[in-house]
Amino acid sequence: MKPAPFDYYAPTSMEQALDHVAQLGYDAKILAGGQSLIPTMNFRLAQPAALIDLNNIQELFYIRPADDGGVLIGAMTRQSIVERDPLIAGRSPLVRAAMPFIAHPQIRTRGTFGGSIAHADPAAELPAVTVALGARYRVRNKAGERWIAAEEFFVSLFTTLLQPDELLVEIALPPMQPRSGWSFKEVARQSGAYGLVGVAAVVTLDEKKRCQQARLVFLSCGEKPMLAQHAAKTLLGQAPTPQAIRAAAEVAAKDDVDPSSDIHASADYRRHLVKVLAVRALTEAFDRANT
Amino acid sequence: MTHLLAITVTVNGVRYERTVEPRLLLVDFIRHELGLTGTHVGCEHGVCGTCTVLFDEQPVRSCLMFAVQANGHEIRTVEGLGTIDQLHPLQEAFREAHALQCGFCTPGFLMTLVPFLEENPRPSEQEIREALSGNLCRCTGYQHIIGAVKLAVQKTEVQP
Repeated sequence: MKPAPFDYYAPTSMEQALDHVAQLGYDAKILAGGQSLIPTMNFRLAQPAALIDLNNIQELFYIRPADDGGVLIGAMTRQSIVERDPLIAGRSPLVRAAMPFIAHPQIRTRGTFGGSIAHADPAAELPAVTVALGARYRVRNKAGERWIAAEEFFVSLFTTLLQPDELLVEIALPPMQPRSGWSFKEVARQSGAYGLVGVAAVVTLDEKKRCQQARLVFLSCGEKPMLAQHAAKTLLGQAPTPQAIRAAAEVAAKDDVDPSSDIHASADYRRHLVKVLAVRALTEAFDRANT
Repeated sequence: MTHLLAITVTVNGVRYERTVEPRLLLVDFIRHELGLTGTHVGCEHGVCGTCTVLFDEQPVRSCLMFAVQANGHEIRTVEGLGTIDQLHPLQEAFREAHALQCGFCTPGFLMTLVPFLEENPRPSEQEIREALSGNLCRCTGYQHIIGAVKLAVQKTEVQP
């Protein structure tokens, strides 16, 4: 099938883009990388009356150092650029580690950092990674802008706090804290296929080498990135021994995720993967925190 | 109500001016408007790789772009790689290593490999396999495709 007809807007400035978004609201879909939108249009699962193409708005493409030691990423920055960027590799190694798991190299040439987040596919890597990092998203409309914490941004399946007149414009990644470690794990049947389950982990140790913070976020385990709060509670104040990690993984699989069954995997198998990947990710993350 | 848009696209070094509907996919523009049918349509959702072309020197899924997005940009397709009389070294290697049977997937593999080998002139087998993970082949079982890449790499090493 081919896409249904639509009106096409290609603004060259943010002001133009925000005007279009304000005028068209729910009648329009935003065209960023298009790597998730255009498949749905090719199958006519989506038939938007209008597309607002953001690819000509140069001011949305950037990777900059933030004053706090973190990184600021323009929402339209190509995933392939983020993957190769030295600032990201230095200040946000978790992001660097997750990038190759996003679809295929050809997809990442067009796919954007912000587009993946705004699309909010529960199988996507970047929502889980940015939630694990405690990132913040800057969102703009004609009236002004606001910042939204990553972990609040995702409401349910493909649904975020973005209002119809708003655009996601920037992602702020915080700096890695001292005595912190990270890990990213994903299981898929083929390289580049949608993950059956994936996990992004960020942990911090206190001066006595006990767990001060543990952020474990699962993808493909529910309607949105699943932050394992119960598992984290079991680790707080504990030395991250193999036993403590295993116990946390059991809690994560039991209480922190809500996976579905589909043709790729049963809910039970996904819970099994949650346990296995949680152990691997926590072990690796705590090892990194210790060095 | 459909409106048509005028676009200018450079493909394999040749400038084309056309008027198209916004919903026309880049792959269909290349195939039907320009008659360059070496680029193929497989899955229409980005997983098979048969539509892969170079867009400003980078590999993209032309089934996941609209022709209007190519306005002012440069595209390379398999037709721009080599001719019957002067095959691209990769095409030579594919032939020598028997890396194609029906050939449907081959243009997609070639257009993926050109930028990959430019960035990674001496890839490991694992790196080759990962780089090609976005291209599906139903005929060959991939062994000879991997072999062709290794052969092409070898040949560039030998050349002065």
